[in-house]
Amino acid sequence: MPTTPMRLVTVIAEPVLEERIIAALRQLGATGHTASDVRGAGSRGIRASDPPGTCVQIQVVCRDAVADAILAHVAEHYFEHYAVIAWTSAVEVVRGEKYQ
Amino acid sequence: MGEILRQNLVSPVALAFALGVLAKVVRSEFQLPKEIYVGLSIYLLWAIGLHGGIELAHSSFDAIAWPAAVTLAVGALTPITSYVVLRRAGRFSVSDAAGIAAHYGSVSAVTFIAAQQFVKGVGAEAEGFMPTLLTLLESPGIHIALAIGAIKTGAQGRPVRETLHEVLTARTMVLLVGGLVVGFLMGEKNWAGIEPFYDTKSAVFKGALCIFLLEMGVVAGARLGDLKKVGPFLLGFGVLMPLVHGALGVWGGTLAGLSPGGATVLGTMAASASYIAAPPAVRVTLPEANPTFSLTASLAITFPFNLLIGIPVYYRLALLAAGQ
Repeated sequence: MPTTPMRLVTVIAEPVLEERIIAALRQLGATGHTASDVRGAGSRGIRASDPPGTCVQIQVVCRDAVADAILAHVAEHYFEHYAVIAWTSAVEVVRGEKYQ
Repeated sequence: MGEILRQNLVSPVALAFALGVLAKVVRSEFQLPKEIYVGLSIYLLWAIGLHGGIELAHSSFDAIAWPAAVTLAVGALTPITSYVVLRRAGRFSVSDAAGIAAHYGSVSAVTFIAAQQFVKGVGAEAEGFMPTLLTLLESPGIHIALAIGAIKTGAQGRPVRETLHEVLTARTMVLLVGGLVVGFLMGEKNWAGIEPFYDTKSAVFKGALCIFLLEMGVVAGARLGDLKKVGPFLLGFGVLMPLVHGALGVWGGTLAGLSPGGATVLGTMAASASYIAAPPAVRVTLPEANPTFSLTASLAITFPFNLLIGIPVYYRLALLAAGQ
């Protein structure tokens, strides 16, 4: 099956940011997303969530330009004060036209 | 006093909480699955709302007017006293002081439930409209503290509308306020059909509360390590501020005509600190505020203090205030 190179953006954030990050990434051109509850700890200590300590992981498959825009947005708005990490990885997707 | 304290310490809810803390301390793998924790909290809040609605239908406007006014006054005052103490005596930054004050200005529903169970246990049942007062106390303290923080930091902040929407549409408020309305509307006949499941005096309710307290113990136990980080001032604050607010609530409640049981519950509400409604609101509105301070104080210090010692103390104060 033919595949197309794409980027996978993963953002792990405090749950209070979920709606805002998803709204932003849709605006930046993401055609969809997957969110899941995850657990963890980092340099900022406890997360303000219910039950305390949970985080949300948001993943998006998208084109290079969109991936860069999402990373820039997250860095600009959330890195300073919130427990957020973000990264991208290269993926090969089927039906690449879905992400245009 | 000693006997009441002892009885409270061996109550099922207190022991369940202690076991939860112990499980965390010895690094047991025990933890309630998130879905069960959320499910139980929905059941507890929905039952409090429904039962409160039925009781509210029996209450006259005259009986509830003064207690409601006092509750709102307490809700407006506690964030301010907390902020001033944290800022002046504790030397906390504006954001941290306002963030912690938002937690102490709001109320912990679980502490409220524990107080209700306590006064029933000692035969001094509170007025039926107490859940209505709980809903009144949930929101004002958060907004007042956040407003202080936003004004003092000069931050543009978020529109009040957004924070208001977030707090009023949170799970707690929908279940409590919704439950009150549904309970109020359904009438005695319909209530009789569901009463065995939702009666807050029933064994089902108390049993569910015990499981929930186990997990609260685990959650509080997980914060014990942060006690070192928050420093001695916040440790003292987490115990003394509730005593001051508790005395204020008991005094105001008694003046408003509440029974010793009702004044105990109002005092407990005033003394308690939110750890569900306040944290996300503070996190988004005052992002510079360090959640380790507010959550450790409310969850690991004030919640256990009220549960184990505070509630019997407020009851003793309520008896004194009533001249008993």
